Amino acid sequence: MSVGQRVTSDHQLARLLQIGVVLEEVVEARSTQHHQEMDGDFDDEIADLLEHAAEESAGHRERLETLIAELDAESVSYDEIETLVEAQYGRTKPEDFDGVLYDQLCNEETAYKFYDDLIEAIEESDSSFSLDRKQVLDTLRDIRAEEAEGVEEVTAIMERR
Amino acid sequence: MNTADQYLKAIYLVQEMEDGPASTGAVADALDVSPASANEMIGKLEARGLAEHEKYKGVSLTDEGIVDAREALSNYCIIERFLANVLEVEEFRAEARSLEAVIDDTVAERLDTIIDRASECPDCFDAETDACKYLAEVESESPAD
Repeated sequence: MSVGQRVTSDHQLARLLQIGVVLEEVVEARSTQHHQEMDGDFDDEIADLLEHAAEESAGHRERLETLIAELDAESVSYDEIETLVEAQYGRTKPEDFDGVLYDQLCNEETAYKFYDDLIEAIEESDSSFSLDRKQVLDTLRDIRAEEAEGVEEVTAIMERR
Repeated sequence: MNTADQYLKAIYLVQEMEDGPASTGAVADALDVSPASANEMIGKLEARGLAEHEKYKGVSLTDEGIVDAREALSNYCIIERFLANVLEVEEFRAEARSLEAVIDDTVAERLDTIIDRASECPDCFDAETDACKYLAEVESESPAD
């Protein structure tokens, strides 16, 4: 067991980036499920929020996949994660619109926390990776900033309602 | 998972295996840290009311410490199960150990939305094999290469 937060190898970095991809895919798939479950019954504000979240997650996923490919590792297919989300959705689905917003807030906060921890773990490591450390950190910091904006957007909507 | 949670989980598992208080040496071995580091953190857990240390016997978790340790163990199970079942990682134990410090509880909770975990988790975690007994069963049924 390793105590302390540090990324020390290409393999470990690739694995953590794969987890980032999965988290993004979960956001996309759950947004799609929310739409289907609520049968298009959303007001425009929530519909726009979910659509934007799904698009943003797809963008983040592509950026992470570029890094994963440069580490000579494989990404995780969206279809596979979508199937898993569908299989477990009944157990974890929100019950109403407020639940959908809360779920979306959890998505954004979880992603923010994940990228924040990952950035810190890379910064604290003196290991070298086969791809440029600055490129990795710049990408992750950009994504983290968008997740922070996402938290603010959802919080603002929740406060207005 | 933060460092304190990693210690709580390790003490909980060592206590299970030893069926009594966990020796500082065994906790240090489980976490691959020095006995001095383990002693220092055990002192911090004691100050927070999560553990009690008795000289020459070892450390035991308080009721509050057990609750936190079981929560940490559940999150660890999620990481192992996610690695084994979703990413199909053969060395899921070793990888879970190397990743747990970077995976926050909230991230584990999200990963939990796509895995199938037994309702008795974390009681199905086998300290000896360092894995959920159901995962270990599937592993032993798989033909060796």
